[in-house]
Amino acid sequence: MTTNTSALGGLTALPPASGRAGFGGALRSEWTKIRSVRSTMWTLGSATVVTIGISVLGNWGRANHGDATAAQLAHEDLTQRSLFGIILGQLIMVVFGAMAITSEYSTGMIRTSLTAQPRRAAVFWSKLLVVSAVAFVVGEVISFVSFLIDSSFWRAKGVDLTLSSPHAMQAVVGGGLYLAGSAILAFGLGAILRHTAGAITSGVGLLFVLTILVNFLPQSWQNHLDKWLPFNAGGQVWSTQHVPGTDLGAWTGFGVFLIYGVVAVALGGYIFRNRDA
Amino acid sequence: MIEANGLTKRYGERLAVDNLTFTVKPGQVTGFLGPNGAGKSTTMRLILGLDAPTSGTVTIDGRPFSKVAYPMREVGALLDAKAIHGGRSAYNHLLCLAQTNNLPKARVGQALELVGLSEVAKKRSRGFSLGMGQRLGIAAALLGDPKVLMFDEPVNGLDPEGILWIRNLMKMLAAEGRTVFVSSHLMSEMENTAEHLIVIGRGRLVADCTVQEFIDANSELTIRVRTPESQRLAALVTAKGGTAAPDGADALRITKLGMTEIGDLAFDNQIRVHELSPIQASLEQAFMELTKDSVEYHAAVPGQPARGAVADGAGIAADVVSGAMQQGGR
Repeated sequence: MTTNTSALGGLTALPPASGRAGFGGALRSEWTKIRSVRSTMWTLGSATVVTIGISVLGNWGRANHGDATAAQLAHEDLTQRSLFGIILGQLIMVVFGAMAITSEYSTGMIRTSLTAQPRRAAVFWSKLLVVSAVAFVVGEVISFVSFLIDSSFWRAKGVDLTLSSPHAMQAVVGGGLYLAGSAILAFGLGAILRHTAGAITSGVGLLFVLTILVNFLPQSWQNHLDKWLPFNAGGQVWSTQHVPGTDLGAWTGFGVFLIYGVVAVALGGYIFRNRDA
Repeated sequence: MIEANGLTKRYGERLAVDNLTFTVKPGQVTGFLGPNGAGKSTTMRLILGLDAPTSGTVTIDGRPFSKVAYPMREVGALLDAKAIHGGRSAYNHLLCLAQTNNLPKARVGQALELVGLSEVAKKRSRGFSLGMGQRLGIAAALLGDPKVLMFDEPVNGLDPEGILWIRNLMKMLAAEGRTVFVSSHLMSEMENTAEHLIVIGRGRLVADCTVQEFIDANSELTIRVRTPESQRLAALVTAKGGTAAPDGADALRITKLGMTEIGDLAFDNQIRVHELSPIQASLEQAFMELTKDSVEYHAAVPGQPARGAVADGAGIAADVVSGAMQQGGR
């Protein structure tokens, strides 16, 4: 061992090497990376504020200034309504998921990362795991807080809406899952494109713009396409009301949504491993 | 020990590294020399597996880098001081690297101390000067106490004190038995640190020898003489056993004769001499010959594109050999 040498004399001796650097170390490293840059705080903070803020404003406004009676409201999907800020929140989650990987390329950090750990699979999957876990936790917090605040407006209006209402728990948990899924999809796109603006644009395009564009197609095409679009499929998991045939239902819909993410991540992972860094 | 065997890298049409075979041995500083664009950085990227070779292999102590158990204990590399996330503090940058190889957390602060960055450990690296960035990169390279160190143009952006520091550091690391592989486009930089040289031009191996061998083989003294009677002097020089080649209309480049002999010869034969100057022309020429086809980017000179290309190549070559000229002149 050349631990206590003159050049590096001031450094604590290294423990004897056993095994090899692998997934555990990569996971700790990726956690350090994500918690040590401000963009994480900014994106997740704004996703939280925007999603909850819009949901609260919209639900408070309609609950206090709408004409509908409690009996009429009871037929609506107020659970989904209490989460509707997700429509914008998902776009910020796209920024978070994309930047987690594209910032490695835009800063050049990737070359340093892959010099410390040249086994790229360990770097890629640990990064994906950390991004997914963080997005899931933040997504669930956003979803639960939105629902707890918004449902109180509806209860004040006389509607019985709690987490134990039919399918409410599925939809609220689903809201967090959907936000995490958006981040995962964007992560995959980021790994494919290696470019922040490109990954965000394509993520927003897939989740948001595509849904709007399909409205310009002939009605018969829409009927076939609509339910398979990422937003329309994934959105079912944070709804409590479904129309068989028109939509895919909560979990089938979410499954289809996840397939978009899985395809993007698989392609991104292949490129991450095989293309020059 | 780094061993490259037939290493080749093609980017589309461009052959960046062309069938390189060399060995970088432990216990000495090996200089990796070549003009800008010669393929030095690409070669280093291939060694680290950042780029995959088109053909050929490169190993670190007999294994591809990606198969090494603890990469940071095997190789410490500084390829680009800017290859860091500027939003992350120096401490967290090193911490996230240390964690990948299960290195003790205590070494992070100590490595920052070693390179003189303790005071800015909590500062985001975006605000660092290039010199501070280089120091941070060197701290990262040293974290794992590696057997092999690679530095790509490490003195760029360093102040004179920093340059001295890194030269001494590289020598110390080599003296401890480590393999130190350092690239530069400046011969003078190599002269001060390296014992062995690997010279490449346009991706191809040009020389693989000790610094002394390189200088001995390439530093024959040439004397430039400007005289209105150049043909007469040339004949006299040849008769004396020297060689004389015309250098323009009224000048000669003379080798194998000393300056004193030439001056005396001219005086004895009443030849007027307007200039008598020593040039390490052959070392310069040797490097030009070695690299003239291998200078990647030629500056176009308006009106004379062909000569412009040569002149530019000569300029870079002269830059590269200037250090060796100084050494040869001692």
